[in-house]
Amino acid sequence: MEKEQRNKLLALGMKIREQALKAVQAADSGHIGGSFSEADILAVLYFDKMNIDPKNPREEERDRFVLSKGHASPALYATLALRGYFPVEELKTFRNVDSDLSGHVEMTKVRGVDMSAGSLGQGLSAAVGMAVSAQMYKKSYRVYAMVGDGEIQEGQIWEAVMAAGNYKLDNLMLFVDNNNLQIDGTVEEVMSPYPIDDKFKAFNWNVICIDGHNPDAIADAVEHAKACKGKPTVAIAKTVKGKGVSFMENNVNWHGKTPDSEQYEQAFKEIRERIEELEV
Amino acid sequence: MGEIISTREAYGRALCEYGENPDIVAFDADLTICTMSCYFAEKYPERFRNAGIAEANMIGMSAGVAATGKIVFCHTFAMFAAGRGYDQIRNSVAYPGLNVKIVGTHAGLSVGEDGATHQCIEDLSLMRTIPGMVVINPCDADETRAAVKAMIEYKGPCYLRLGRSGVENVTSSFEGYDFQIGKGITLKEGTDVTIIATGLMVQIALEAAEFLQEKGIVARVIDMHTIKPIDKDIIVKAAKETGAIVTTEEHNIIGGLGATVAEVLGETCPVPLIRHGVEDIFGHSGTAQALMVKYGLTKEKLVEKAELAISMKK
Repeated sequence: MEKEQRNKLLALGMKIREQALKAVQAADSGHIGGSFSEADILAVLYFDKMNIDPKNPREEERDRFVLSKGHASPALYATLALRGYFPVEELKTFRNVDSDLSGHVEMTKVRGVDMSAGSLGQGLSAAVGMAVSAQMYKKSYRVYAMVGDGEIQEGQIWEAVMAAGNYKLDNLMLFVDNNNLQIDGTVEEVMSPYPIDDKFKAFNWNVICIDGHNPDAIADAVEHAKACKGKPTVAIAKTVKGKGVSFMENNVNWHGKTPDSEQYEQAFKEIRERIEELEV
Repeated sequence: MGEIISTREAYGRALCEYGENPDIVAFDADLTICTMSCYFAEKYPERFRNAGIAEANMIGMSAGVAATGKIVFCHTFAMFAAGRGYDQIRNSVAYPGLNVKIVGTHAGLSVGEDGATHQCIEDLSLMRTIPGMVVINPCDADETRAAVKAMIEYKGPCYLRLGRSGVENVTSSFEGYDFQIGKGITLKEGTDVTIIATGLMVQIALEAAEFLQEKGIVARVIDMHTIKPIDKDIIVKAAKETGAIVTTEEHNIIGGLGATVAEVLGETCPVPLIRHGVEDIFGHSGTAQALMVKYGLTKEKLVEKAELAISMKK
């Protein structure tokens, strides 16, 4: 990847964080940590890799994305707004009683959202279903999904993983947002899912371990997945919860907590500075 | 006497018949030869997938396929659909309003020997409290076939309750029988009391009405194949014209048909109502017939309930 493209995608990752944080600020509620850890993957998918058209969000041949960790909606809504599915100003209505932007991602109301999710463990099954449909009807679209590393404690995830391996869904790519934190602590403390890679291998998946904040690694993984035949691909993406804001990084308190006004100011300042650095 | 055939068998044939529609996709959770999705699976293997013994994922995959514009039928026993899959049905299917038809077979006590773990007596209740769900409980083969056709034409989530045991085909003999989702059917006119029945209790209600007739009591019998949306008009009309109602169902008396009718009557036209069904108790192993007797799902008990309802009239 050219440096210019890399910096553009990194800047987009930061802009997603900026808009996600504005949404959470307006609502005084929402999930920042998991939004920030997934932001760079969303930037690469929506601004580089996915075959989509914001003007035709229901186009039958489009690639799909399912955010199974549906609580990390601020980042997905911000991504969709920045990509042109709906005005960025709408993000300020996040979680408002009269808004279409619910706390967890919602497909019937929000342009560009391919599947509603929120009850953890369910989105991956829907993504597998979309991939099955493409396989049955010989469609060429690809399906992307994202789960949290805490979310994979849900048994249904492994039912879906088993099915995707069994059906040989090479049109399916999953990202595990491996930020290592969940509400009650580190994932090891609460209920260790490790080793994650061996589990997927055992279910006949193509497994790639990447840095989830490196656009080159994310983009390469997507191409690697496209080239892999007869198996679904999982990219276990090492990420940092709260990535992009110094005092939020790797701090479990920022799963669902909202900052105070001083902290908002500091966070927006750090994000802005980084965007300016990247856009020089 | 009509042909004896289970609703699951009739269902399997109907899905196969209507399965020529290229938009229909089916899943099953390792029970194809029990739910009778096997006929569709054999004829249209390219549009069928076995999900294995993993119902939560099957329902989620069904939602995903439906999100690509298809009509999805997914099958398992009622217990593992409405019970185990409740959260998936609620959040992945019903909340996004996806076109998934959940087919729960082997419902109620008439599963028989498998016993309480497999005898779902709560599914009508669980499914009907989910916003936007359509809940259908046909009584015989012809009604099941009509229900499948109607479900394909209806766009949105549906739950279809089916039984394991053979039941007599009764609806086809009624002139002008017309199946519409949300419309109850008056199978017998009456003035003294109304029996509102669903599923295999419809046949027992018809028998009970004959029994009552011999005693000089003229009972109306309504086949309430759709639990949701409930046909309020037919209930209110029956309440006004007969003054007493008995509901009968192979389901817990809490939450199912009886509860639904009670809600309608309470808010519109309160008259004496007796709920006949499983009285908030788990099932047991035994033959279907023995269980129906043990739990009082008989025409004799239903007659008693009808007489009780009449005695409560002011």
